[in-house]
Amino acid sequence: MSKSIVVEHASKRFTMQYTRTIKQMSIAALRGQRLTDTFLAVNDVSFTVEQGESIGLMGLNGSGKSTLLSLISGVMRPDEGSVLTRGRIAGLIAAGAGFHPQLTGRDNLYLNAAILGMSEAETNRKLDQIVDFADIGRFLDVPVGHYSSGMSARLGFAVAAFAESDIFLADEVLAVGDRPFKRKCMARMEEIKKEGRTLFYVSHAPGSVRQMCDRALVLVEGRLGFDGPVDEGIRFLKYDDGPQDDVMNQEDEDLGADI
Amino acid sequence: MSSQTLQPDRVPEAPLVAPGDQGGLHNVFRQRYLLKLLVGKELAARYQGSVLGLFWSYVQPAVKFTAYYFVMGYIFQLHRDIEHFEFHLFAGMVMVHYFTETFSAGTRSIVRNKRIIQKLPLPRELFPVASMLVSAYHTVPQMVLLLIGVLVVGWDPSLYDLSAGILGFAIVATYGVALALIFSAANVYFRDFQNIVATFTIFVTWSVPMIYPYDRIEKLFGGTWIEQVYLMNPIADGVLLMQQLFWVPTVGPESPYPVVMPDYLMTRGVIVLVACGIMLVFAQKFFTRLEGKFVERL
Repeated sequence: MSKSIVVEHASKRFTMQYTRTIKQMSIAALRGQRLTDTFLAVNDVSFTVEQGESIGLMGLNGSGKSTLLSLISGVMRPDEGSVLTRGRIAGLIAAGAGFHPQLTGRDNLYLNAAILGMSEAETNRKLDQIVDFADIGRFLDVPVGHYSSGMSARLGFAVAAFAESDIFLADEVLAVGDRPFKRKCMARMEEIKKEGRTLFYVSHAPGSVRQMCDRALVLVEGRLGFDGPVDEGIRFLKYDDGPQDDVMNQEDEDLGADI
Repeated sequence: MSSQTLQPDRVPEAPLVAPGDQGGLHNVFRQRYLLKLLVGKELAARYQGSVLGLFWSYVQPAVKFTAYYFVMGYIFQLHRDIEHFEFHLFAGMVMVHYFTETFSAGTRSIVRNKRIIQKLPLPRELFPVASMLVSAYHTVPQMVLLLIGVLVVGWDPSLYDLSAGILGFAIVATYGVALALIFSAANVYFRDFQNIVATFTIFVTWSVPMIYPYDRIEKLFGGTWIEQVYLMNPIADGVLLMQQLFWVPTVGPESPYPVVMPDYLMTRGVIVLVACGIMLVFAQKFFTRLEGKFVERL
């Protein structure tokens, strides 16, 4: 067994600034109002993930899921505590983030792949797979600005999904894209899981978490409220009401709320 | 649990480390492939929706050059005491333009790329450095024009002149990146900084011996501390060194208006380059310090 993600007492504090200009600041100061305020988006969270585990991260809006994911991806650093990871990280927090509307799909694909740490040769080797998966056909050489939102999301997912990685972070996977594409994404994530990569999946959809993950983490107002089996996690979050005959249906209903 | 089916080759050999890139300029140059793609992206971004594209990067300097040339040359009659004033002016303009472009595009680079920065871990220094490289790319055609010009009138630079030119370019590049690092980070916190930069760049044109010869400074302030302060400006040194390469060799030894250059130009240049290098180190430290809060402040 090899530890893949080790989070120890990690906290991330955000500063909210109520005023921006000198004028606003002086007025607020005269009235005796506070200029800034801080809050803990992630509050003293600790857990360890073994290589090959698949984790479902759940929680209500504003509970700190995105911040925690940013800490694990390395975009943000914790103010206190530590976050350590082993190996390369790819993920869908990146899906299409680096896309420049003026560049063609192909150029964006290479750029995004490079940001995820892929070399030119590696990208060339995987180009067909990526293009095939994204299913954008002849739009590959059209500027991304002309893409539909679904198309650019598909391309973003495809790049991340085929990047070489040891840890795969997934969020907003199912928030975009139509049903056939969602199915395809889930299938690809299943493959990623089988390859023995660590999967870190953020979702509001209990159905897909149940299908994909073997452990659930639930964040409550920045704190780790629950760490354990998926079913219990879903019950903890009281997400288990209603019939769950059709997993996909359940997902679709839950997808309205983005993280 | 899937960990039981874990294939041994799936266990990465990498150590447990803090995720994300640790930043630092040395990491920027290790990621040359990514840098190349980012420069390409910057170029595409700068000319988005423009039919003439790269051509625009000639129009501005060309118009400026023509304006200065006629106003300074014909109206103020600077032609008379400077042989080949056009090269004197143009060599200076290439450097000033290079610097102001690096500085202003570099300052905006972090804010402009916030979507990438908020989502993906990569050395953020890449963006100011890419801005500097894009600007350097833009100087190439200007240099070519300058080269054609000096070759027509006869140009035979010595090894000294060539090294002066390279030194001048290096000074402006280093100084530009150092300032771009500082200001791009500060700009994340207060967008006022991009306006400060715009104000500052107006000043640059007048603080270097480009539209007036160094001769004037020497006559007015020669031997005083003002001259020393003037020459401490890295852009002034960059301009003088570039003129040493392109303008000085075109002025014949029998010219009635001999070239006036500061003493110890090369030594001065090397010292300024070292100073800019030290400044770059501090700029990097400053950048790293502010970088931690980029994501939430963008």
